[in-house]
Amino acid sequence: MENNLLKVNDLIIEYHSDKKIVQAVNGVNLELNKGETLGLVGETGAGKTTIAKAILRILPDPPAKIKQGKIFFEGTDLLELSEKKMSHIKGNEISMIFQDPMTALNPIMSIGKQIAETIRLHEKISKARANIEAIKMLELVGIPGERFGEYPHQFSGGMKQRVVIAMALACKPKLLLADEPTTALDVTIQAQVLELMNKLKKELNTSVLLITHDLGIVAEMCDKVAVIYAGEVVESGSAIDIFDNTAHPYTKGLFDSLPKLDSMESRLKPIKGMMPDPTELPSGCKFYDRCPYAVEDCKSLGAEKKEMGSGHYVLCRRAGEVC
Amino acid sequence: MPAISKNGRAKSQTMEVIKRLSKNKLALSGLIIILLLTLLAVFAPLIAPYGYAEQNLNAVYLSPCKEHLLGTDRLGRDILSRLIFGTRQSLRIGVLSVAIAAVLGTILGSIAGFYGGRTDNIIMRILDIYQSIPGMLLSIALAASLGPGVNNAIIAIGISTIPSYSRIIRASIMTVRDKEYIEAAIAINANDFRIITRHVLPNAFAPLIVEITMNIGNSILAAATLSFIGLGAQPPSPEWGAMLSEGKNFMRDYGYLVIYPGVCIMASVLSFNLLGDGLRDALDPRLKN
Repeated sequence: MENNLLKVNDLIIEYHSDKKIVQAVNGVNLELNKGETLGLVGETGAGKTTIAKAILRILPDPPAKIKQGKIFFEGTDLLELSEKKMSHIKGNEISMIFQDPMTALNPIMSIGKQIAETIRLHEKISKARANIEAIKMLELVGIPGERFGEYPHQFSGGMKQRVVIAMALACKPKLLLADEPTTALDVTIQAQVLELMNKLKKELNTSVLLITHDLGIVAEMCDKVAVIYAGEVVESGSAIDIFDNTAHPYTKGLFDSLPKLDSMESRLKPIKGMMPDPTELPSGCKFYDRCPYAVEDCKSLGAEKKEMGSGHYVLCRRAGEVC
Repeated sequence: MPAISKNGRAKSQTMEVIKRLSKNKLALSGLIIILLLTLLAVFAPLIAPYGYAEQNLNAVYLSPCKEHLLGTDRLGRDILSRLIFGTRQSLRIGVLSVAIAAVLGTILGSIAGFYGGRTDNIIMRILDIYQSIPGMLLSIALAASLGPGVNNAIIAIGISTIPSYSRIIRASIMTVRDKEYIEAAIAINANDFRIITRHVLPNAFAPLIVEITMNIGNSILAAATLSFIGLGAQPPSPEWGAMLSEGKNFMRDYGYLVIYPGVCIMASVLSFNLLGDGLRDALDPRLKN
């Protein structure tokens, strides 16, 4: 499809440690069109960050091993590109925002220089021009250009995240991987940063892969959502599908565990149990042990992928019957 | 305060560092002493009242007096002149041997610390073997095999002190390596060399600066030991350490023979330490006030 920017096919990633094999990502399929935002939702350890790093090919190998799968970016498989061709894409066409702005900036390099460095790594321009570009980027994210020469410790958390965003967008990437960009920030700053990302996304026509565990952010930002559980996409579809026609028991559990404003509740409703140990994933449906609707077949036959509506896929044998 | 000028160039980093350094009185005094010593070394023939090898057997073991401000040694050579000429040798030995060790040690330590795993293991185990040989013995063996002379002594001392630098920089790099900004640098496609030199090393350098300045003194003393057994500076060329060990035999009767070179060594070591300490603070933008 013309409009398709990123397509992840059947991706399997494992971490090999001394004796154990951690099955971090187990056959993930994702699709992202130009200008869209795809939310990757899931709990800690579900494999979200691993997927993002695999796309950018910055997974540390060892221990990480990409066992299988293809990652198509504008039609070419990133996993088969030479180091040299990949270096053109890394940071230039695809860039990444990291989770914690407090540590994502080099503490002893001025922020302006750090942005200029990104630009100069990809464009052959003079230092002075790169500095001017960097100032433009700073102003684009709402930081006065005079602060070019200041160091990360002179900025607040929200400002730092803006700098990180400026760095990530400095080369006008086609795809932005945002790994929990607001998790380390407080709520009001979160809102500002998200608004900024939305605005810049529209201005630069960038697609965003937004990794988060905050469903509120997903509702605000995303066109499409993929819910990840134990390294699998358990439900994917448009944001409306996911929010209004929730079909997977895990997704439903996630929504149920949110406190509701319009009813008095004294206790939250968590999903019972724990995510399975990724070194010993159970056979059959991986959500079996925690699923309130599980039946014998789920264990013995495993989960089944079903299409609930156009583009709305659910990995559940009983989807449509029970929830 | 705008930190950027019209042509888009950031305000000079060096000026900032100098400005911060000049606020630190102790470091500044260290710097001044080092500059004075450097001047003494450069203009030694103009400043020294006598030649360094000029003997006067009619005036041996003179106490400090008008003609010989710091007295004379057993061959009637003027101690002040020898100290001034000795600055040349001693500073050179101290600075160059430490530079050799710090550069090589930093390279090995950065590679080991940054790549980790097998690379780290190979490098560090070799350095372990290296370090199990007593440092002084190693320098003596190296100096002996290279032949006597100041330059060979510098190389010998430099090489034998590599492991301690490697260890320090490796440990320091390992704490920096896993920081998110290093991952971010990888994600913007900076190559390994750039990441190590621009992002990792500057953040890991602080303990090394202190080690470097502390070791300049040690190197001067090590060179003195080599001179003592005839492998360092060759007589009559003056060198503080050599003068010290030479004067040692007459310490009881002519204390000034060891006091003056000792004071010189102490003053230079102290000023390097003060400067190093101040530099570490001045180079760290987080401590900017």
